[in-house]
Formats: sequence, structure tokens, C-alpha cells
Amino acid sequence: MNPIRSIRATVNNLLASGAGLIALAPIYLVFANALKTVTDASSMSAQPPLTPQWGNFGTVIDQGNLVTAFSNSALYSFASTILAVLLAALAAYVLARHRTRRHEIIYLLLIMGIAIPTNYVTLTKVMQLTHLIDTQIGIILVYAATQIPFDVFLIYAFVDSVPRDLDEAAFIDGCSPIRAFFSIILPMLTPVLVTCGVLNILNVWNEFVTPLYLLSTSDNWPMTLSVYNFFGLYESNWAYISADVVLTILPVILIYVVAQRWILSGTFSGAVKG
Amino acid sequence: MNRSTEVARDTSVRPGRDLTLPGSSPRPGRYYHLRNNYPTWFAGGALLLYGAFVLLPSLVGLGYSFTDWSAYSTDLHWVGLANFATIFQPNSEYVGAIVNTVIFTIATIILKTVIALALAVLLTSGVRRLSYLYRALIYLPALLPMVAVGIVFKSILDPDVGLLNSTLRLVGLGGLAQQWLTNVSLALWSVIGVDTWKGVGYIMVILMAGLLAIPRDYYEAAKIDGASGWQAFRYITLPLLRPVLAVTTVLNLLYALRVFDIVYVLTNGGPGYATDTVYIAIFNAFSLGQWGVATALSTVFFIVMIALGFVVLRVMRRPEVACT
Repeated sequence: MNPIRSIRATVNNLLASGAGLIALAPIYLVFANALKTVTDASSMSAQPPLTPQWGNFGTVIDQGNLVTAFSNSALYSFASTILAVLLAALAAYVLARHRTRRHEIIYLLLIMGIAIPTNYVTLTKVMQLTHLIDTQIGIILVYAATQIPFDVFLIYAFVDSVPRDLDEAAFIDGCSPIRAFFSIILPMLTPVLVTCGVLNILNVWNEFVTPLYLLSTSDNWPMTLSVYNFFGLYESNWAYISADVVLTILPVILIYVVAQRWILSGTFSGAVKG
Repeated sequence: MNRSTEVARDTSVRPGRDLTLPGSSPRPGRYYHLRNNYPTWFAGGALLLYGAFVLLPSLVGLGYSFTDWSAYSTDLHWVGLANFATIFQPNSEYVGAIVNTVIFTIATIILKTVIALALAVLLTSGVRRLSYLYRALIYLPALLPMVAVGIVFKSILDPDVGLLNSTLRLVGLGGLAQQWLTNVSLALWSVIGVDTWKGVGYIMVILMAGLLAIPRDYYEAAKIDGASGWQAFRYITLPLLRPVLAVTTVLNLLYALRVFDIVYVLTNGGPGYATDTVYIAIFNAFSLGQWGVATALSTVFFIVMIALGFVVLRVMRRPEVACT
């Protein structure tokens, strides 16, 4: 091999692994310190743990009331995602298939939501009036509402790739519009629905602002709020804080490993598709 | 769209009895083309939720911005532009927050775009075998919850024992060690740095998709014509990547203007108001019970975002953006 080219290849690999290292270092740091004793972790140093303290996780789950927080996060992520994806698919399907003036306007109105910021101050007012403030059902509805615009945007572009003949055939065979949607169209939309679903679950799992405004009862808190609160209470007890952070990010990392394909395709189509 | 088929499927004609010819057995979906197979009510659920929890609060906010709505009194009074006067008075906390948000936005857009572009070029053309691994690693931070990232960086940026300062001291650059989060002139830049660390992988992944969509032939033709690597980048890559760069800029912009979590955890707007941003200021005013001012600031923000939304729509709908 040409020596100049091989030097260049080595430099490139060094640069890339340097970048990978910088990306990974903080994540390593929190995993390492989660397994140290409270004294060893006090300076949050990069040294690996001497003997892994698996008991930290038990302590943190107990003291941080994490079982409740974890199941809240899971409930909010899954419930709001199912609701958002289903409603967005229904909407995107008719809006993309039947492009009347009215449908164009509805579509534009919906995807404006990608840019429109939520007014949390008046949202609390709306939630009070509807008696949904500080309730689980309330925050699920709000999360679904905030995910809908992006889901409609992604699914709308995908509907065009499903042949119209399929709907027509279903209608000729006597399907009602709703039956045609559920038995014929929805299965065809699976790839984009999975993409939307994975992205929504991650978004909701990571979200912090909405519960900060809407949830005051600590039994309703999701992981993000709970870990922040724990951080405030146990300031400088980095072993416990790290263990709590690990439990918050572990599901995200697992989803990333399992569903990387869907996450990446969502990132591309969201950004690169028109 | 094919207009004529749309008209044929119109709802206005309903099948009547006389349309069935005597003796012909009606097939199941015989009149399917005479009914509306794509009823608007399918969009009803999405519109209802979106209307109730996104649009309605913003519209109600327009009204409440002109009142003295607060935690301390149950009745509302019309106060005209008083809330806006509070926000825009010279040297107010709110003007500072707006300035910080603009600095944060511009700085993170430039930093993330430049670093992500360099990494994307490196991973698509400089590294062959391990490209997927590097991409997976660099993208990972983008998926993590901001709160968790903030907490970890709070320890990394600790002036005494934090990883950053101790690494600097270890390699003999102790002079560069700083009070990252408590130095008034440095804190905002530390927040910008952490946000860039987290967000750069996301932009890189999008740019990599854009780079891979550029046909290899162009580079080969340029090579035959004797173009240098830099020239190929400047005259082929950059122009062809422009639509993708427009999209990443919009995504960065929409995210950066609403920045909240990372600031809330790292500095909570401090020291003083050094890292105060629009969303932090809204939350603080809300927490203090000054709901009128908080709503007015939300309304100003809403109007700015609506204006930007139109720009976004234009960028997103441009045909050349479709290249997946």
C-alpha cells in the first residue's frame, strides 16, 4: 500500500476514534461511578470501580422511589405514542389521499405544530379547566398532542408510496372506509409507524419541561423529573446520582441498540424528505 | 393531483334505488365510487388533541398577555401593553434572556454544523471499515435525556474535582482550568459546549445521509479534471449539500430557541442572569406567579416561531430536498 495513503488512513481513524471517545467518555463516567462506593465516587473520577457495587442500584431504586417513576415514564411513553401514532396515521391517510383545499389547509395547520411552541403557562390553565392538571391521563393527552404534528408529517409522505389500487380493491369488495384503513392501509404503513413509534417513545421518555409545569404530585413524576429531584436531594453523593442516571438512560440505550435502524431512518426521512 | 378522479369520487351524489337495474344482483362495493371513501373526520382526533393542547393555549395566551393574570389575585384586569413594557424595558431580565437565547442559537448552529460536517466527511470518505461503529457512538449522546446529560456534565465541569479540569491539570494545561459554570463570562459558553457535545451526532447523521446521496461520478469527473480534494469539497460537496444543510439549520434553530433542560440543570439561568434564556425566564416568571408576564413572553415567542414556521414550511417543501 502507498505509504502516504496508509498514513492518511491512520490519521483519519485516529480522528474518528477521538471523536467517538469524546462522545463516549461522559457515558462511561456515569456507568463507572454508578458502581463505586460512595467515597470512591465522591470526585466522579474516571478510574474504573474496584469492586462493582451493584447494591447502589437497589438503594437508589428504594430511596428515589424509582419503581413508580419508571412505570410512570413507561406508561406515558407507550400510551401517548400509541394514541399519537394512531390518530396521526388516520389523519395523514385521508389528508394525503384526498387532497382537497380543505384537507391541504388541515395538513398545513397540523404540521405548523412542528414549529409552534407550547405555551405552558396557559396550558396549565386549560388543564385546570378540564380537570386534567396533575393527572396521568392529562399528561398522556398533552404528550400525544405534541407528537402528532411530526408524525403526520412523516406518515403523510409515506402514504403516497402505498398504491391507491389497494384502497380501491378494498372498497370494491365492500369495505367501509374505516375497515379499509385498519385492514389494508395500516399494515402497509408499518415501517413508518414503527419509526414514528420509536422516536415518540424516546422523545417522551426524555421530556422534562411538560411534567415540570403540569405534575406536582411526586407519585406522578416520570424518571426525568425524579432523577432531577434526586440530584437536588443527594447533591455530591455521586455514586447514587450516577446509579439513578444510569437507570434513566439504560432504557434509551437499549432501545437504541435494538431499534437503531428505525431511529436512523426516522432521522433521515424527517430531515431529508420533503 | 388528478382532479378528475377526485370529482368522480365526490360525495354529493348518493346512490338511489332507481340506480339498481332490475335483475342485477348488487355486488358488495358496487357504489363505492359514489361515497366519500376519505372522510375528513378521520383527521378529527388528531385535530382535537392538537387544537386543545397546542393551539388553544397559544390563542388563549394572546388574550391573557394583556391582563394582570397572577397567582395573587383571582380577578383579571386588562392592563394593555404593560406586560410587554415590562419585558422590553431596557436592561430587564427578559431582554437579557432574549439576547442569550440568540447567542446560544447562533453559536450552537455554527458549531454543530461545522463539526458535524467535518465528522460526516471523515466518516463517509476517510474511514472505511469502522464507519458504522463511529457513527453509532457519536450519535448516541443525541438520544439521551438532556437532564441526565446535564447532571453528568455538572460533575465534569466541577472546578475542583471535575474530569475536565483534572484532565487539563494532568496534561500540564492546568492554566486553562476554569470555573466553567460559575464564571459570568464563561457560563453561557460552557452550556453551548455541552449542548454541542450532545447535538452534534444528530446533525452528523443527517449530513452523512446527504453526502452519501451525492453520486460518486461527480468526484471521479473532478479528479480526472485535476481538482484537489478541497476544490471537490468546495465546488461539488457544498453546493449539492445545501438543501440538507438548510434542513439541519432549521432543525437546530427550532431546537435552540426553546432551550430549557440543559440550562435549567447546569446553571438554572445563573450566575446572576448570565445564562438566562427565554424558556427559563418564562418558567421563572411562572414560578413567581407572574402569569401575565410569563404569558406575554410566551406570546412574543409564539409570534416569532410562527414567522419562522413559514420559513420552515418553505424549506421543507422544496422539491430538491427530497433525495432519500
